[in-house]
Amino acid sequence: MSATLRVLAPGLMTTVQDLGRIGYQRFGIPVGGALDVLSLRAANLLVGNPPDVGGLEIIASGPTLAIEAESVRVAFVGADIGLSVAGEAPIFSFDIRANRSMLLRRGDTLRVGSLKGSSTLYMAVEGGFDIAPVMGSLSTYLRGELGGFRGRSLAAGDALPLKRSWAPERAELALDTADFAPRRRLRALEGPQSDHFSEEERATFFGRDYVVGPGWNRMGMRLVGETVRHSRGYNVTSDGIVRGSIQIPGDGLPIVLLAEHQTTGGYPKIGAVISADLPALGRLGAGSRVAFERVSLEEAEAAGRAHMAFVERLPSRVSPVTAAWSHDLPARLSETNLVSGVIDACAWG
Amino acid sequence: MIRPALAEAAGEQCRILANGDAALVVEFGDRIDLTLNERVLALADRIAAAAIPGILETVPTFRSLMISFDPSRIAHRALQRRVLVLLADAEGRPHPGRLWRLPVCYDPDVAPDLADAARHADMPPEIFVSRHCGMIHHVYMLGFLPGQPYLGDLPAELALPRKETPRAKVAAGSVGVASHMTCVFPRATPCGLNIIGRTPATLWDHRRGEAALLAPGDRVAFEQIGFEDFRRLNELAARGEFVLAPSDAAGPMEPGP
Repeated sequence: MSATLRVLAPGLMTTVQDLGRIGYQRFGIPVGGALDVLSLRAANLLVGNPPDVGGLEIIASGPTLAIEAESVRVAFVGADIGLSVAGEAPIFSFDIRANRSMLLRRGDTLRVGSLKGSSTLYMAVEGGFDIAPVMGSLSTYLRGELGGFRGRSLAAGDALPLKRSWAPERAELALDTADFAPRRRLRALEGPQSDHFSEEERATFFGRDYVVGPGWNRMGMRLVGETVRHSRGYNVTSDGIVRGSIQIPGDGLPIVLLAEHQTTGGYPKIGAVISADLPALGRLGAGSRVAFERVSLEEAEAAGRAHMAFVERLPSRVSPVTAAWSHDLPARLSETNLVSGVIDACAWG
Repeated sequence: MIRPALAEAAGEQCRILANGDAALVVEFGDRIDLTLNERVLALADRIAAAAIPGILETVPTFRSLMISFDPSRIAHRALQRRVLVLLADAEGRPHPGRLWRLPVCYDPDVAPDLADAARHADMPPEIFVSRHCGMIHHVYMLGFLPGQPYLGDLPAELALPRKETPRAKVAAGSVGVASHMTCVFPRATPCGLNIIGRTPATLWDHRRGEAALLAPGDRVAFEQIGFEDFRRLNELAARGEFVLAPSDAAGPMEPGP
């Protein structure tokens, strides 16, 4: 019997994502992948997967999934959420937590509520999904309608095939994610078209507060706030874009490019968010406040090394959960001190 | 401000710019120009041949080459030094592009803007088509949609502005012109270009080994076909039985019987 996760409700936008598709930008294919790769890595770590295994990226509000497998081990990392699991009898429904692994069984229904604190949440399943990679990656490229589950976000009725039909019994793991919290200040390097702006204009842009506008998606975010003046017009001959590029179009309001950005663009780029802060960028969403702090290349490189070391030390932040997860509320409540962050309960029914 | 590194390439100055901490941009100029694009593609070839550890991919555009790298494997300044050496390499050979003969139907049924375009150019539609078919187009870059080529340059008399109101949808295979550029759209898309024809060739298929038919630096000659041929080839293409081969390599344009 095939093992699947059945989508009862898809949430706002739930897609299969991994660490991205490298090497195809010259053909017009963005790298894509998880907006917050750190949280995807952490979720994979909790279920014992390598970091590059494809999981679900959940934006703004979550899906409801029925477990159609003997058992499956899952973990959520990212936003604070209301999570609940209902057993076959709805009376046995319990709130559960992010930042730890848990074992779900056939007949369980997993309901992910609205996201809080971050705009993105990642769900890893032990063993991953049984989906063929496209151009070396499981990432869903929405505009190109390729990769992931049929090149699109999940819809009600979808059956996501699992690699494994059951998960072995073992101690569940929890992760200390105290410093995963979204940050308002992101560090950025100037360029490559900083010469399209006066030093005065650049100095005031960096450090100024912006709010992420409502037209936010996996390609990019428009910021709302003070406009930035160009000193040499706003058309440049298209050139390469990176994740984190900060473009200033004709209206002077910055656009920050995200994972699924177009490969080239013709607006002057005043700066780019440094690699170490890209996961934090991936946690922002409509209404988030953000400011960019100008750093030197040397500072960016030092921050990059520190971030790499942080990623490498992630396994040392994992500890076993003593009481195995069960449909037992008192046991669940006793674990509260093992995980950080405030989890909003989400009533089932 | 991070000062760009300056270098000379073929007697012209170029700049190496930081695009974040994980990409360099080698900028040969700020205009759409065949000679600049040829330098971009030649540098991409030299970088590929040099196989520098830590480089993830290169992205050629009209006038610049973006080099994306893993900063944990190669430092920005070390990569910049390697690129400066490659730029100074006088032995750099031009990029060897392929020649494609791309069949295009210019029938009014699939060319909604041909009459307007011809009127704008002050010539009969047949002459507009013969001029568009009678030249070699250079693939500057791919972008916007997977496998979508930007081809140039149209002569001044064929150049026309974008449509005032973009179309909500043009069909896959549509051939559009605006300014000095021709684009061929691998899939249905909203579009502001003037659609003057349609090709039955599949420009992008991620199931085949080389998903994109064309690559930057290739050359394209459009060949006019009639509506019946277009329909027949379109049906073959839908079944994966019409796969174009470059015409400077061996092989027929169509499958045998």
